[in-house]
Amino acid sequence: MQETSQVKYTFDPKAIRAAFPVLDQEVNGKPLIYFDNAATNQKPGRVVKALTDYYEQDNANIHRGVHALAERATNAYEATRKAVQDLIHSAEAEEVIFTKGTSESINLVAQAWGSANLKAGDEVIISTLEHHSNIVPWQMLCERTGAILRVIPINDAGDLLMEEYDKLLSEKTKIVSVNYVSNSLGTINPVEEIIQKAHAQGAVVMLDAAQAIPHLRIDVQKLNVDFMAFSSHKIYGPTGVGILYGKRKHLEAMPPYQGGGEMIAEVTFEKTTYNEIPYKFEAGTPNIADVVALNEAISFMQELGIEQIAAYEEELMQHANKVLGAVPGMRPVGTAAQKASVYSFLIEGMHPFDIGMMLDARGIAVRTGHHCTQPLMARLGIEGTVRASFAVYNTKEEIDALAEGLHKIAKLAGHS
Amino acid sequence: MTINEVQQEIIDEFAILGDDRESTIFYIMELGQKLDPLPEADMLDDNLIKGCQSKVWLTTELSDGNIRFHADSNTDITKGLISLLIRVLDNRPPDEVVDADLHFIEAIGMSNVIGSQRSNGFASMIKQMKLYALAYKSKIEMNN
Repeated sequence: MQETSQVKYTFDPKAIRAAFPVLDQEVNGKPLIYFDNAATNQKPGRVVKALTDYYEQDNANIHRGVHALAERATNAYEATRKAVQDLIHSAEAEEVIFTKGTSESINLVAQAWGSANLKAGDEVIISTLEHHSNIVPWQMLCERTGAILRVIPINDAGDLLMEEYDKLLSEKTKIVSVNYVSNSLGTINPVEEIIQKAHAQGAVVMLDAAQAIPHLRIDVQKLNVDFMAFSSHKIYGPTGVGILYGKRKHLEAMPPYQGGGEMIAEVTFEKTTYNEIPYKFEAGTPNIADVVALNEAISFMQELGIEQIAAYEEELMQHANKVLGAVPGMRPVGTAAQKASVYSFLIEGMHPFDIGMMLDARGIAVRTGHHCTQPLMARLGIEGTVRASFAVYNTKEEIDALAEGLHKIAKLAGHS
Repeated sequence: MTINEVQQEIIDEFAILGDDRESTIFYIMELGQKLDPLPEADMLDDNLIKGCQSKVWLTTELSDGNIRFHADSNTDITKGLISLLIRVLDNRPPDEVVDADLHFIEAIGMSNVIGSQRSNGFASMIKQMKLYALAYKSKIEMNN
C-alpha cells in the first residue's frame, strides 16, 4: 500500500482491541487470537449496542409509516445510506442500494444489468483471482445469454497479467468484473487502469470491493467505477447487509431485480410501475436493524481514519512477513508487490487443515482451504492455503504467538 | 487382544494426555506419521471414502478369514484418526468388525478434540470399514 505508507497511525492498538467484547475470551485455555478477518471481522461494542438499542427503542417497519417509531426507524435506515455515500464518496445517496451481501450485489448486476445488456457473442471479463461469488453469477449469465466468459491470467506471485488483459479487451467486451483486493492472496489490483481501459472499449466495470473496503480509502467517483459491491460484516458491521453502488444512469436503465413491496410506484392487476432508485432494487422489508447498526461501524472506521487503519495494518503485514517468513519450511502464497492484510501460506509437508487445527488448539483462529477460489488454487497447483488476515485490533504480539505456534508445527513436519 | 482390550489401551493413552487439546492433536498426528503409507497405485478415486473433507484412501483384503485394512490420507491428523481405527479393527473376523461397539471414541472425547467437521469424516471412515466387513461377512456366509 504505497499510497498510505507515509501516514503514521496515532491510535493505541490495545485500546482499540479493548473495544471488541468478543476478543476478551479464552479458547482452549489460551487468549483468543483472531486472524480470520478476511472471512468476517469482529464487531466493536458500540455496533452491538446500536443493534440492541434499535430493537429496544425504535423498531418499526420503514417508509410509509406515519407514527413516531416508523419515522425514527426510517431516518436511522436512511442515515446509514448517507454514511455509506460518505464512505465511498458517491455522487448521490440514491446510488447506494442495500442488499444482503456482496454476493447478492453481484448477482443483482449480473441479473438485472446483464440480462438487459448482454447477447450471444458478447464477452464478460473476470480474473483468475476471483472469489466464486464473482465467477458463478457471470457463468450463469453467460449460460442464459450465450455470452462468453474471459479470464485475466496471473503470474506466480499473484499479480494480474495486465498485458493479457489488454489482449482480452475488445469491442465485444461488455462488462469487466474483478476484485479490488484478492481474498485468498491479498493482491491489490490496479483497478484504476482496469477501469480506464475497459471504458476506452465502451465496457462497464464492476468491482468486488469486499476485501478492499476494510483496508483502503475508496472514492467511486475518482475511480469512475460503474458498479461496486461490498459487505457490512467485513467493515466491523453486522452480517446480512451488503452494498451495491451503481451510477444513477445504469441503475435507472436497469429493470428491477426482484418484485414485491417497496419497489413499486403503483400496482394494478394490469400493470405495475416501479419506484425510483434506490427503492426499485430493495423489494420487501429490508434488514433494517443491521443496516442501522452498520452506521455505527462506519463511524468507528471514519473516526479512526481509514488511512490510519491502513498504515497500522501495513505495519502488521511487514511484521508478519518478517517473523512468519522465518518459520522453517514456510512457503508464502501470493507475493504481489501491492498487498493488503492477508498472509496466505503453506508449510512444506503439512496439510493446511492440520495446521489450522493445531493453531486452534493454541487459541489462534485462521482459515484453511481454498477460500472459495478453487480456480485460483488450481492455477497455483495447490489444494488450499492457511490464511491469516489482519484487522485493526490485531497486534504484533499476536503475530509473534502465531509464529511461535508455527515453529512448533514446522518441527513436527520435520523442519528445523 | 480383544477389540475391547485395544480400546481400553487407547483410552488409557489418551488419559495421560489429559485435557490438553494441543498435546492430544500432536499425539494423533504422530500416530498418523507412523502409519504405513499406501502404495501409490492404490490411491485411486475409487478407494476414496466419501464424506471426508480430507482425502482418505481405504483398501481391504481377506487374509486367513480375517479382514485387513490399509489406509492413507493427505493429512496427518486424518491418518492418525484412521490409524486408531485400524489398530482396533484390523486383522479380525468380519463379523467382529461388523458388531464392534467403538466406545473408545466417546470415552476419549474425540468430538471435542477434532471438532464437528472432522467428526463427520471420522464417522464416514467407520461406516466404510464396517460396510467392507459386512460385504466380506456375506461373502463368507454364501460360500458356507
